[in-house]
Order: sequence, then C-alpha cells, then structure tokens
Amino acid sequence: MFRLLDEAGAQVVIELDGVQETVPANVSVAAALLYLDKIPLRHSAVNAAPRAPFCMMGICFECLIEVDGVANQRACQLPVQAGMHLRRQLSSETGGSGG
Amino acid sequence: MKSNHSFDTLIVGGGLVGAAIACGIAATGSKVAVLDGGDRDFRASRGNFGLIWVQGKGADFPAYARLSGISARQWADFSDELRDATGIDVGLQQTGGYDFCLTPEEWEAREWEMRQVAAHTEGEFEYQMLDQAELRKRIPEVSSNLLGASFSSQDGHVNPLYLLRALHQRMHHLGVDYHAAQTVQSSRQQDGEFIVSTRDADYHAERVVFCAGLSNQRLCRDLDMRIPVQPLRGQLLITDRVPRFLPAATLQVRQTAEGTLQIGDSHEDVGLDESATLEVITRLARRAVRIFPHLAQVRLNRAWGALRVMTPDGVPIYHRSTKHPGAFAVSCHSGVTLAAFHARQLADWICSDVEDPLMTQFSAERFDV
Repeated sequence: MFRLLDEAGAQVVIELDGVQETVPANVSVAAALLYLDKIPLRHSAVNAAPRAPFCMMGICFECLIEVDGVANQRACQLPVQAGMHLRRQLSSETGGSGG
Repeated sequence: MKSNHSFDTLIVGGGLVGAAIACGIAATGSKVAVLDGGDRDFRASRGNFGLIWVQGKGADFPAYARLSGISARQWADFSDELRDATGIDVGLQQTGGYDFCLTPEEWEAREWEMRQVAAHTEGEFEYQMLDQAELRKRIPEVSSNLLGASFSSQDGHVNPLYLLRALHQRMHHLGVDYHAAQTVQSSRQQDGEFIVSTRDADYHAERVVFCAGLSNQRLCRDLDMRIPVQPLRGQLLITDRVPRFLPAATLQVRQTAEGTLQIGDSHEDVGLDESATLEVITRLARRAVRIFPHLAQVRLNRAWGALRVMTPDGVPIYHRSTKHPGAFAVSCHSGVTLAAFHARQLADWICSDVEDPLMTQFSAERFDV
C-alpha cells in the first residue's frame, strides 16, 4: 500500500516477531511497519479488535508495540534502529497484554 | 456600551453543578442563561474522578447521607434520560463500589463510618465489610496483603467528561442561553431584579444561582451571602489501556469504559496551585500497586491536578438568601454523585418558594457563629 519516496536510500535490518526484516533507515518504527504491510499491528487489550498506526504523531496510542522486551511503546515516536527487537502485541501471541 | 440581556434565571458557572441545575430549571419552561468562566479558570469538573459514591458520605451529617442516597438511586434513570435526549452515553456502571482497607485502623474507622451512614438513612444505605478471602473471590487481582474492603451496591461510576458534555448538549436542546468566558465582575439587586455584570454585558434576571466553584466565596459577597469554600487539590493518573479486571468502581482505581485506569486521588491543602507533582504521582502509583500488584508493569500516560471545592465541613452548601430573595449559592465537591439530584429536586427547590426542612440544613447559615 505504501511506497518509498527514495528507493535507493539507506536501509537497516530489524527483527520483527522473530524474523529479520530489511526496512528503510531514518523512518519511525510505525512507518517501517506500514512499509512492511504488517497490519494489524496489534489487537486491543480490551476487546481484541485489530489496530494499526493512525495519527503518526504520538497522541492516539493506536500503534503500541513491544520494543526490546518493553510493551506498549508508541511505534510512531521511535526511529528504527539496526538490530532492534520488535514484537507485535497480537492477542493470539501475547494473550492481549497490549494497550 | 454594554448590551443588556433579560432572563428568568441566571446561573453563574457552567461546570457539572451549574449545568445540571440549568438543565433542571430550563426543563420547567423557565428562560435560563448560564454565564461560564474561561478555559484557563480553575475547573473542578475536569479533575473529577467520576465516582457515584454514597459510602461514608455524611457519617457526621445525616441529611447529607440521605441526599447522596437520593441522588445515587436516581442515577440509572438520569443516565437513560440524558442518553435519550442527547445520544451521549456517559458510561454509567453502577455495580457497586469498593474502598480498600490497608491497615487495621482503616478497617475500624471504615466500619464505624458505614454503621453511621446506615443508621442515618434508616437502612436505605446497604453495605458489607469484606475480609480478604471474600474480596479476592470477587476481584482475584487484589493483593494478599490487603485486609479487606467496604462495599456498597449503590455506588458506581461514569465518565465525568462525557457527563459534562451531555449536560451542555441537554442545556442547548432546552434553549438555555450559554455564554462562555463571562467572568462576573459584580452583582446587585435593584428594583426587584438582579443585575450581574461581566466585562461585556449586564445580565438581568429575577433569580440568580451561583455555582461558580471556588469563585463563589468572592461572587456571593456582593449579595451578602457568606460562602466559605477552600481549594483542595486532587491529582489523578491515567494508564495505558489494560484488559478489563475491575468488576466495579473503587475509591482508589477506576477502570474506564475504554480500558484505561484512572488512579486517584490526593487530598492536598496547597492553595490555588493545580500543578501535578512527582512526589504525589509516585505515592498514588505505589498505593495502586500495593492494592493491585499486577499493575507494576503498566505504564502511566498522564497525570494532572485539579482543585476541589471544599466547604468547612465537607458537606454541600445549598443556600437561599433571606436578605435577597431569589439569590442562591450552591457549592459542593461531588458534582457527579449529586448530578441527578441537582437536575431534579434541587432545581425544583430553587423554583419553589416553599421551604423544605431537609434543604434548610444545607444553608450556609450553619457556619455563622
């Protein structure tokens, strides 16, 4: 759905749900996940509804994700970094520990 | 040149209290205007914890115990009425309320309070003291270090911000003339009517009701009403959304319809300072984790402070001026619990000339010595 403005730009390798993925450098974690088309990004802790990044500016708390073992980080507020471990908070995997 | 406006009833203050009373009076067909303050004013309604709380209210003041019960029993119907009229669901959950006891002293004091309120209301107030085993049967997440809790089936909670919005929507439907950012400068009675002046206009009315929170003290002086109210700061914390685990309201932690936890609340005598402080945030968070250990891993998103409106005895003031008939003052810190009462019986009392023996007990004259 999303395409890069700069196809020849720098890239980094991250780990998502235990799988290595190559994503553009210098973007937010939320943008990287949209680029990878990893939707839903999580399931609601309250009613298990599928969720995805929405406001991309830190206020809606829809893009929560586990980063290096810490749950409920806002993906839109974090730049991607080589080697970071991301885990989507999907109800089948996490038992709904997300937000 | 100031413009002039004429009404039957002027309400000074558009928070939970003023808005509820405005709805009640406007529903009788009276022409009502609300003069609200500015966005930067102190607004207790925005710091409300959202509880409908009868437990322990009026342990030393039987009439207050009765009043709280009267309002709480009408809440389900009041919430339906608001939803039908405005389409706004205020998120009422009235499945009871728990107040946790962490020390033997707390348990003892609580038991005494509950007995007092039950005695004052001739059994209308129902409560149970739950030991740890019984409490953990109902809420398994409660810490094994807790002694227990008091429980009343009449308590509950709503989203206070939705309530404020619903009341304002209702006011609009009922034709209430709402004026924002109208800080009242002075009031007087002249030729049988009241004239309330702001920077922009003079408002004329046969009746005026002051519901201006902490400003009541200053504003009511012009009409010779002595309304002693003091600020009491309360800080609140909001967490991430978590899976639903609370089956009912508690005095310490409330789970909203959206899943966030509202953790409250402090009682601080710090004057007109509504800031949030790290020390209190830490204390509130620690207490919440002492009660619910599994919250240790939950993240806080926001914290803020607001100033409650406290009377010297903690009991509401419903004051009818004898010197200036038609002038009223209303001050309380339970704008949610009492909202149903304010929109119904209190509005009727304000519109009626017949004195009610229950209501005279709430006059500010009780502070005159």
